[in-house]
Amino acid sequence: MEDLFKSELKVINMGLEGFAETLKERGTKVLHVRWQPPAQGNEDLLSLLDKLK
Amino acid sequence: MSRIDQANQEAVKRMMLSRPVWVDVGKAIDVIPGMKKNLFLHAGPPITWDRMSGPLKGAIIGGLIYEGLAKDTEEAEKLAASGDIEFAPCHHHNAVGPMAGVTTPSQMVFIIEDKEWGGFTYSNMNEGYGKVLRYGAYDDEVINRLKWLDGVYAPVIKEAVHLAKGVDIKSIIAQALHMGDDGHNRNRATTSLFIRTIAPFVVETGWGKKTDYDAPRLDLSNVSEYFKENKATAAAEVLAFMHSNDLTSLNAIMAACKSMALAAHGIENSTIVTTMARNGTDFGIRVSSTGDKWFTAPANVPDGLYFSGFTASDANRDIGDSVITETVGIGGFAMAAAPAIVNFIGGSPADAFDATNEMFEITVAENNNFNIPAMDFKGTPTGIDVRKVVEKNIVPRINTGIAHKDPGVGQVGAGIVKPPFEMFIDALKELAR
Repeated sequence: MEDLFKSELKVINMGLEGFAETLKERGTKVLHVRWQPPAQGNEDLLSLLDKLK
Repeated sequence: MSRIDQANQEAVKRMMLSRPVWVDVGKAIDVIPGMKKNLFLHAGPPITWDRMSGPLKGAIIGGLIYEGLAKDTEEAEKLAASGDIEFAPCHHHNAVGPMAGVTTPSQMVFIIEDKEWGGFTYSNMNEGYGKVLRYGAYDDEVINRLKWLDGVYAPVIKEAVHLAKGVDIKSIIAQALHMGDDGHNRNRATTSLFIRTIAPFVVETGWGKKTDYDAPRLDLSNVSEYFKENKATAAAEVLAFMHSNDLTSLNAIMAACKSMALAAHGIENSTIVTTMARNGTDFGIRVSSTGDKWFTAPANVPDGLYFSGFTASDANRDIGDSVITETVGIGGFAMAAAPAIVNFIGGSPADAFDATNEMFEITVAENNNFNIPAMDFKGTPTGIDVRKVVEKNIVPRINTGIAHKDPGVGQVGAGIVKPPFEMFIDALKELAR
């Protein structure tokens, strides 16, 4: 773990873009992945989507 | 593969096999199925006069004056509210119209034939830029241009397309995507190809040498010194008008896209969107397997750049049937093909690629007719799946013009707009029933 922070950080950020922005501002290499939970995690919509597979 | 996935593949296959060819021009009442003397077609889902937006009301008022059914605004508004005039979506009559989309019984329309699946689709003539009926303007300048379009322009191109024995619109769209067009907001290449194809036949028509005719003339004196001293022929007026208006081809393209969308409609179990349209108040979608049912929600206001003197506070809600282009995989979906127009939305060419890539998330196919050279000739994202829209929480990306919210003003800008998410949830609920 200690070695991790001694080498150059290359980060993959998923979800909230703010974390990626903060790291970028500090000069860290970041690849942001736009991801959100399916149907925004709405159980009703997920059950409808399940019916339509 | 599930039965829904199979149905969706069948729907997009039919959409991509559709072969729309511009074959004729005719008077709306003579050629559009179900058209009648007191019927006015409009863009978007159904709407009553009292709920119509400013630009749609303006276009209806102008249409009534153009038809000779009213002599001024007051009389037109009274007649429109009386119940004597019927209103219906263009889409209910296999037609489409940009912005307000108002198509009146006497107007001349493009006739597109689907040479693969049979059947016809329709769209009115494009009036050009500035103060025009489709943006809700209706002063004398607008009415006179409509008279020229129906009295000169339409008869000339009707004769020309007969001589040409039809014009393949799908081929024009495919080529134009290789020339910097998206097929919706940028039409410079489609219109150039359209002119190249039809110009020799325009000159060959009986109007080729005609300098006198009984209709308002198009003033070409600002085109060249030559026309200050010489009377233009009708053919010269038509070609000069086409050249002055990059949107010349848009209406024919829209009718061609309607033809492709129709081919994908009515497939049992399919969750593919076959109609997207806005009337300036509501946005509506229809889905392949849910018949003629509309799923609607209040339309959003576009985000874009405004002409000098106008701001976002002047903008009407999203309006027009031109989103039929995105429905079949061009327009905003082919944004990566049109980097020249990204400044419309204050973006960069990289944003255009992001936009097209994002649309692959909610579609089921890469188009085998329309592709993007800068993406290694990848086919455009085609066939919007309602399930994917809801699952990914990504709505279709739409390029659009922006109309002033008041009747009688016209276009104030252009940009992009997001359709309301609720419509897709309602459609999903219906599909799961």
